[in-house]
Amino acid sequence: MTAPNPAPATRSWYKRNEIAVTPWLFLAPAMLFFAFYVIWPIYQSIMISFYDWDGLGDATFIGMGNYVELMDDGAFEVSLWNNLKWLLFYLLAIPGGLFIALFLNQTVTGIRLYKSLFFFPFVISQVVVGLVFSWFYLPNEGLLNGVLGLVGLGPINVLGDPDLATYGIIAAGLWPQTAYCMILYLTGLNAVDPEQIEAGRLDNAKGWKMLWYIIIPQLKPATFIAFVVTIIGALRSFDLISIMTNGGPFGQTRVLSFYMFEKALSEYGFRMGYGAAIAVILFLIMLVFIAYFLWSMWREEKGR
Amino acid sequence: MRFTTKSMALALAGSTMLAGMAQAELTGDLKIFLDTSNPAPRATMEKMIGDFGALHPGLNIETTVIDREAYKTQIRNFLTADSPDVATWYAANRMTPYVNAGLFEDVSDLWAEPEIAENLSSTKGAMTIDGKQWGVPYTYYQWGIYYRKDIYAELGLNEPANFDEMKSNCQAIIDSGRACYTIGSKFLWTAGGWFDYLNMRTNGFDFHMELAAGNVKWTDDRVRATFANWRELIDMGAFLENHQNYSWQEALPFMVKGEAAAYLMGNFAVAPLREAGLSDDQLDFYQFPAINPDVALAEDAPTDTFHIPANASNKEAAREFLRYAVSADVQTEINNGDNLGQLPVNASASVDDDKFLNEGFEMLSANASGGVAQFFDRDFPAEMAAEAMQGLQEFMVIPDNLDDILNRLNKVQERVYK
Repeated sequence: MTAPNPAPATRSWYKRNEIAVTPWLFLAPAMLFFAFYVIWPIYQSIMISFYDWDGLGDATFIGMGNYVELMDDGAFEVSLWNNLKWLLFYLLAIPGGLFIALFLNQTVTGIRLYKSLFFFPFVISQVVVGLVFSWFYLPNEGLLNGVLGLVGLGPINVLGDPDLATYGIIAAGLWPQTAYCMILYLTGLNAVDPEQIEAGRLDNAKGWKMLWYIIIPQLKPATFIAFVVTIIGALRSFDLISIMTNGGPFGQTRVLSFYMFEKALSEYGFRMGYGAAIAVILFLIMLVFIAYFLWSMWREEKGR
Repeated sequence: MRFTTKSMALALAGSTMLAGMAQAELTGDLKIFLDTSNPAPRATMEKMIGDFGALHPGLNIETTVIDREAYKTQIRNFLTADSPDVATWYAANRMTPYVNAGLFEDVSDLWAEPEIAENLSSTKGAMTIDGKQWGVPYTYYQWGIYYRKDIYAELGLNEPANFDEMKSNCQAIIDSGRACYTIGSKFLWTAGGWFDYLNMRTNGFDFHMELAAGNVKWTDDRVRATFANWRELIDMGAFLENHQNYSWQEALPFMVKGEAAAYLMGNFAVAPLREAGLSDDQLDFYQFPAINPDVALAEDAPTDTFHIPANASNKEAAREFLRYAVSADVQTEINNGDNLGQLPVNASASVDDDKFLNEGFEMLSANASGGVAQFFDRDFPAEMAAEAMQGLQEFMVIPDNLDDILNRLNKVQERVYK
């Protein structure tokens, strides 16, 4: 009694492939944007890095010339080392954030007020952080030297000393970054399973052991995110340097992103090819971390 | 045909000078981009443009004021992409990239007009590249040493005439517990000013320009002599300590509070010093003293300029605006103490009755026989200037690094002046 089905061939191509095509349709806008705003500029940067170009006239192809020059560029070396310092010391924000989060995870009267105080540095702009710390470090009037003077230590000019300045800026950057990590851990602590803590208590775990064996493993997702944002934050450091020292004294606080800006876009710069070469190096460094992040996420997905 | 209209227009222009600017009607849009973003210069420029608009009611003028620092990077974009009809910029080497890229209009025809040729000849060199002129100047200002007259009087000092007096004055100031010179070298260019003067006083204007042109090595003994003089001042403690932390504005309070006695700066420092409470009885000016008696005194006097972008759409109106901006009356008006507070470039314009403007004008017209330079970062190619100023700051903080710095600059020089 059934009516003859329409022949399969009359169904539209989309209907036949709906299951396979639909996810790609949803992904398409994102992929287009990614290709247009990420992949294409990366390709362009790599191409430009083989040219000598001032951004106005004709570009001259010089092959690896820019990279050869980078190998021999003292300022580039300084920037590279400073980037490494940023990477290492910026990670202090993770344990710092964790301990503040543990401290704030108590039930004490007024804890909301304390929490908001600790949230504060994350909310304010990096520019303001930079200004506040510049004043804090001022060689004569600054709070830091005021305090050092009280205990009889000599005035130090943190931002004016080529050996100290980078550490001074990193310390300023750690302030908001620690707050960020703290927020991540506070959220993570909400998800800690009280039954496991109870079980740990029964087994006589407390203090450090409780933290190390029971709490921290459960905070692993939060730690992973904190690690990702801190690494990326360290490699992208720019605004604090620009505000606090402008790369100085005599270029000793530059990092790769700042040096790239100076060479390519600043008042006296406009060596687009050279700047692009620096950008490519920075990209390669980031690629190492990005690959690691993607790999760990993939492993995580597979493990489930 | 063409010849006749042109000569007619010229004749018209000539007669209108007397008849009050009633010439051929200009029409269309005129887009003007300005970098004069500070309140006073901004108001001055807007008023001048308004007056120009009133003379040409058929012209639809659109003015855009861009923050001075942002302008320096944006100019590259708007000259190529969305070009205005008139844009502000700076003289000398700072305009080279745009001239070379064909982005500025050749305005040699304006400079051939007698009105401009006669009255602006002093800046013609700074506007010339490849034998052509690429813009017109609207203002310039002197550099020199601004000092606290009351401190000098308290210590019984006079304005120094030579390097020895400069050093002995300085010693007296240091002994009184002050710094001789305040300076903020965070943004580097202030150190370039010191090098300009020390080098022009030690080796003369021509040598300084040879160095700027890349014809002399940085390790040359004559350059070393300049640094040796500088080092004498550094070693005696003449400069404000920790200057690498401050911008030029942040170095002003040391002078206002009397912790430093003098400041090598451009005339634009006078306004903030007055606003901070220094009266003209306390503040005075002297020309940077001679070091080598055999060289003629030369000065820094940076010139700010108007240009017509090559892609401008209304070049006729733009030329008329340039003529207007350099005319004697307008130059007198925009440069007076209530407006820009600087020196007019037009020789027929008059200088406002301000103590510092008068002294500066006197100095530049009568006592700068060596020559007039623009400024370190305008005379030297941008890339050389950037590296060099960083080296100068390093030298001021760690003078022992001199050899290292000079070798580095040699290397940059070889690359920049290919």
